[in-house]
Amino acid sequence: MKYSAAKIFLEGIFGNRGWRKAWREPQPKKNYDVIIIGGGGHGLSTAYYLSNVYNINNVAVLEKGWLGSGNIGRNTTIIRSNYLLPENEPFYEFSLKLWEGLEQDTNYNSMVSQRGVINIFHSDPQRDAFVRRGNAMLLSGADADLLDENALRKLCPYLDFENARFPVKGALMQKRGGTVRHDAVAWGYARGADMKGVDIIQNCNVEGFIIKNGVCSGVRTSKGDIQAKKVASCVAGSSSQVMSTAGIRLPIESHVLQAFVSEGLKPILDNVITFGAGHFYVSQSDKGGLVFGGDLDGYNSYAQRGNLPVVEDVCEGGMAIIPMIGRARLLRMWGGVMDMSMDGSPFIDRTHIDGLYFNGGWCYGGFKATPASGYCYAHLLATDTPHPVARGYKLDRFRTGNLIDEKGVGAQPNLH
Amino acid sequence: MIIPHPYLGPRDACEFVYKGDAELVFRPERVEPVDYDAFHDYLYLRQNPAGIHKELWYHEYGDRSWLVVTRNTQTHEILKVEFASNYISKQKNRKSNV
Repeated sequence: MKYSAAKIFLEGIFGNRGWRKAWREPQPKKNYDVIIIGGGGHGLSTAYYLSNVYNINNVAVLEKGWLGSGNIGRNTTIIRSNYLLPENEPFYEFSLKLWEGLEQDTNYNSMVSQRGVINIFHSDPQRDAFVRRGNAMLLSGADADLLDENALRKLCPYLDFENARFPVKGALMQKRGGTVRHDAVAWGYARGADMKGVDIIQNCNVEGFIIKNGVCSGVRTSKGDIQAKKVASCVAGSSSQVMSTAGIRLPIESHVLQAFVSEGLKPILDNVITFGAGHFYVSQSDKGGLVFGGDLDGYNSYAQRGNLPVVEDVCEGGMAIIPMIGRARLLRMWGGVMDMSMDGSPFIDRTHIDGLYFNGGWCYGGFKATPASGYCYAHLLATDTPHPVARGYKLDRFRTGNLIDEKGVGAQPNLH
Repeated sequence: MIIPHPYLGPRDACEFVYKGDAELVFRPERVEPVDYDAFHDYLYLRQNPAGIHKELWYHEYGDRSWLVVTRNTQTHEILKVEFASNYISKQKNRKSNV
């Protein structure tokens, strides 16, 4: 069923009785060409691009809970491509271009809103670093605008420009960045994959892999064994747990990241504001809530909830840069489990076991990467060669010395 | 989280710096020929368990002791706290007895 304005109009006349379920609830078959473990944003987008671009339709997505119940449902919905390194920027720009066409591609309203992402700077050296980053973005075909203090005052008069510790001197802005309705991304990809025949199997926990003589030929699940030519793990947050059943140790720690929503307010923030120096970023949702976040809690956790010191720290960051938000009350907060890789960059690669593929290590930047991650993973699964923009995301890059250290601070699992 | 320090009693986790898996106290020896795989595994790979995890906490805003905290990563419950020096000597004894 194709969604359209005319369809909504007609259904309105006839009592909305013609809508059908957006995807089926199939039982698993015995055999698939590709099994994708994880029915979150990245898993569903992988299934979507496999079936819609690479014409591989005999695919199952296995999800232990319900569709989109992981980090695709728990993030702060920001999209941008303002990276520096040549391994990262083309990938994220590819992702942003896919975001721009997503709603037409999937025929699903994902509410892609290119409201602009503003990164504030406070000093000359920081301005220089942002100019360099902006130039790197332009070289990869992205957009970047340097705003001086006056231009920023016009856009965001509410910032604390005279802050004693972090006076606001300007910003790097990416106008094409913005926000997306995160759940709708998962639903749109699920529907698009399902229409091409992909089986999305919920409440199906993967308990292990079927591996013989270094070849993976399927998975053991709570719904029985399922055979597949290729098995693709896509479970960021739980990567270490799933891959440990194949005997693989990963360069990843799982950490908790908290996010927050205020009560609903009249429109006050037109853009996405990031205050890197104070580890705070914020945007306003269409319902009016201020959606904001900051740092990791900083210790290994699978708890999907954090502790109060970080709540205080994030709110202090907010008060420092946008004092007016102190008048808003905090409505909700939650935590998500992040695959924190050792250089802050992700993995899309084969493993040393034939037929077993790995996608993970997204740190806390996975949401914006959802379309490109799925596209590049589908490319790898279909062709057994890495997609040109995802060549750097190798699993063995720490062994070979090809780290993608966006922050330039060395091997730590708590970068970004 | 409240960390029960062996000497100082219950202390707010904010006073500590987290340094990750306690296995990091056992760095491979550098002997010729250098075992690069061992160093790679030591530096980059993690067990990252969902459940019981032994980890290093440094009491930076306190007595600057290194602690090994046994904590459940699924519930944040702290099960055991000991000085890292005691932990290391116990582990070394255990390993030499094996």
